[in-house]
Amino acid sequence: MRARAVVALVALIIAGCASGSDQPDEVVLMTHESFAVSDGVLEEFTAETGVTVTIMRAADAGTMVNQAILTKDNPVADVLYGIDNTFLSRALDASVFTEHRAVGIEAVPTSLRDPGNRVTPIDFGDVCLNTDIAGLEERGIGPPAALSDLTDPAYRGLLVVEDPSTSSPGLAFLLATIATFGENGDYPWRAFWQELVANDVRIVPGWDQAYYGEFSGGSGGGDRPIVVSYATSPVAEVYYGDLDEAPTGVPQAGCFRQIEYAGVLAGTRSPEAAGRLVDFLLSRTFQEDLPLNMFVYPASGDAALPQVFIDHAVVPESPILMEPSRIDANRERWLAEWASAVR
Amino acid sequence: MMTAPARTGSRAGIALAAVVPVAFLGYFFIYPLVAILATGLVEEGRFATSAFTQLITDPAMRSIAWFTLWQATLSTVLTLAAGLPAAYVFARFRFPGRAVLRSLTLIPFVLPTIVVGVAFLALLGPGSPIGVDLRGTIWAILLAHVFYNTAVVIRGVGAFWEQIDPRLEDAARSLGASRWATLREVTLPILRPAILSSAALVFLFSFTSFGVILVLGDLRHTTLEVEIWRQATAFFRLDLAAALAVLQLAGVTTILVVYARIRRRLTTELRLRPVGEITRRPQTRGERGLVAATLFGLALLIAVPIGVLVARSLTTADGFGVDAYVNLVDPPRNSAIFVSPAEAIANSLSYAVPAVLIASAVGLLASTVVVGSRGRLSRALDTAIMLPLGTSAVTIGFGFLVALDAPFDLRASFLLIPIAHALVAIPFVVRSAIPVMESVQRRLREAATMLGATPLRAWREVDLPLVARALLVGAVFAFAISLGEFGATSFIVRPDTTTIPIAIFRLLGRPGTFSEAMAMAVVLMAVTAVAAITIESLRGSRSGGV
Repeated sequence: MRARAVVALVALIIAGCASGSDQPDEVVLMTHESFAVSDGVLEEFTAETGVTVTIMRAADAGTMVNQAILTKDNPVADVLYGIDNTFLSRALDASVFTEHRAVGIEAVPTSLRDPGNRVTPIDFGDVCLNTDIAGLEERGIGPPAALSDLTDPAYRGLLVVEDPSTSSPGLAFLLATIATFGENGDYPWRAFWQELVANDVRIVPGWDQAYYGEFSGGSGGGDRPIVVSYATSPVAEVYYGDLDEAPTGVPQAGCFRQIEYAGVLAGTRSPEAAGRLVDFLLSRTFQEDLPLNMFVYPASGDAALPQVFIDHAVVPESPILMEPSRIDANRERWLAEWASAVR
Repeated sequence: MMTAPARTGSRAGIALAAVVPVAFLGYFFIYPLVAILATGLVEEGRFATSAFTQLITDPAMRSIAWFTLWQATLSTVLTLAAGLPAAYVFARFRFPGRAVLRSLTLIPFVLPTIVVGVAFLALLGPGSPIGVDLRGTIWAILLAHVFYNTAVVIRGVGAFWEQIDPRLEDAARSLGASRWATLREVTLPILRPAILSSAALVFLFSFTSFGVILVLGDLRHTTLEVEIWRQATAFFRLDLAAALAVLQLAGVTTILVVYARIRRRLTTELRLRPVGEITRRPQTRGERGLVAATLFGLALLIAVPIGVLVARSLTTADGFGVDAYVNLVDPPRNSAIFVSPAEAIANSLSYAVPAVLIASAVGLLASTVVVGSRGRLSRALDTAIMLPLGTSAVTIGFGFLVALDAPFDLRASFLLIPIAHALVAIPFVVRSAIPVMESVQRRLREAATMLGATPLRAWREVDLPLVARALLVGAVFAFAISLGEFGATSFIVRPDTTTIPIAIFRLLGRPGTFSEAMAMAVVLMAVTAVAAITIESLRGSRSGGV
């Protein structure tokens, strides 16, 4: 008897869990581990539409894209949010998304948009060098004005970067160097990296080791005054540290723009509700909640920025943008060439 | 006349017991594994051999395979060297704080690698208090493996050791054998099954090392596990990832088959003693010295890194304080990355409790089958049950996605996470239970059957109480594995539940919340210690009845 009850219970649980995506009153949003939203924001979507949002999390963006491709014919979710321009091309090639022209897309700068509307830009941010302002002053040197300054003996042993094969800001910085120095010519990007190594650059696997472990500025606990991080990192320092002035600076050189998109998954059973969720991600409610949760900029020009961003954020004047298809076509080769350049 | 029906009954019982572990392993491991390997390796109905060709001809791949093997071997040897003296001390001696200290040894096991990286960097990085910079060296990786896995030896071997009658050793000593000769000729041979079991677990952990390599390694040191992840997620080379996974599986299976052979030859029947009868205070100066030296070594290995993390959690902008803890409980900023510690603990427990139950139930049944039968199925199960521990997390995670969508779509189910934790935890349950079960004297059980007890009743009343203690060791590990979010879960698409490790990852993922991340790590350590003490106190009260 007891065994039978257990079997019945398990069957119930399984059935309860399995029926999830069939319900028209629910949409599943698949996103990466860094996704954060304030309490009550997604509830506004439910109040407007009667549809509840269930969040499913993948690990990092790269893993998530692969998971979406593997489950293309029978997706786990209805909407995917958090795919960036370094992985976009692969997902588009695999036809993971179905076209959706989001309400409010007119307010998004064309430079961020996908011409085919297969994905909708939701937010963007720039991977930039960060400097420890006090640390550089002590050494009597200024922030680097160009990437090539980093190979100058004056900057010897000052820079820490992330491994591009294991870290997303690391990859963005590698792409910035490729765009800056070019693939061929007298001084290609590989030559720059060889000189960086000669100038004692430190390469660590992830952002947290670089920033918290090796960087000396802000909340960093290391001894190197220059790190590859984000243009918004000083804002986070001010915000969480309750400071008046940012302890870290953002040089303009070598900033790489990352754009994050959302899209309706092609295999969804509720395309209409999924489309409305994408619209909601581009609505002012969600867009204005983004900056302080993920320290990125809203894609929509209609959204107002929080005061701490207005006061402390450095916006790079001409960040590097690279075609997603070029990134995807060359990623494996570039990473292999990078590995042999720095070894 | 009396034994014949009993034997038939027990054979049927064992077949029945085999159903659950075989079905569990088949549906949640073998089937997803085959499905994802087929996705990677079969193209338009044809088997793609090009990935294997690349694997064999690329010297970089060969060196990754070679590094994976030798670092795992070396890590296992070093972990045994660190863990065996400690296992002995905890098994044989009573001293103040013994239970608490032993529970502390479990803490490294649950710590996320990025947190361990922080402690290692502080102690063995540029600002090292002893002036040693091990960053990017093989030593950092080996030391981290020892740090993580010493608990496996302390508990795995210790649980067995403390049930061995010390009079065996006393007898040898009184017959004139030296201390060293007694150890070599009497103690070690008895312990061999348990040592071998622990060694197998440590080896598999190190062989499939992922986080440690990513956090502490450098470009030259990469395991198959890391390479599978890189190929699958950075390059989407599913064919090469699958070929590498096949290579990893082949390596693990070979090791496990060899291990099973040795283990079967070593089976001994011993008169096990209830815990508590054996431990005593250290008496001679030598014994006191041994206890002190061992505890000092453990303190260096475990307590110092933990101390660093605690200190970091108490570091504020202007000195020391509990600001980070206050911020966790009462966030000063309206931001969703702060999840209250109570909520994170509740979320972690909601995975850990089912994981422990599943792992214990499946593990116990599997152990019963392996011990009770010498058949081919039993031997296959003995090896297969260990495989999830030696299989790459990406492979299992992606396998779930392609396989578990029909007939029930389990991919989005809450249960998939504890099931994945249980897959990794079952080997611990099985490896703790089998040495004890094999040593349970068959005579005892046969006597019970002769006296009219049904096989089921004999199992329940004779085997179960003795095995319960060993099972609790497995349960502690299952709990720790789930709490630390080990292995396969990282690559499962999961419900939005912020467990303690996930809260730590988030807090470490942006500037300005480092102290809060460390405070959350301290919460994780505290929960681990409390849980270990609680589960082990069950052991004390149960054994009274044996």
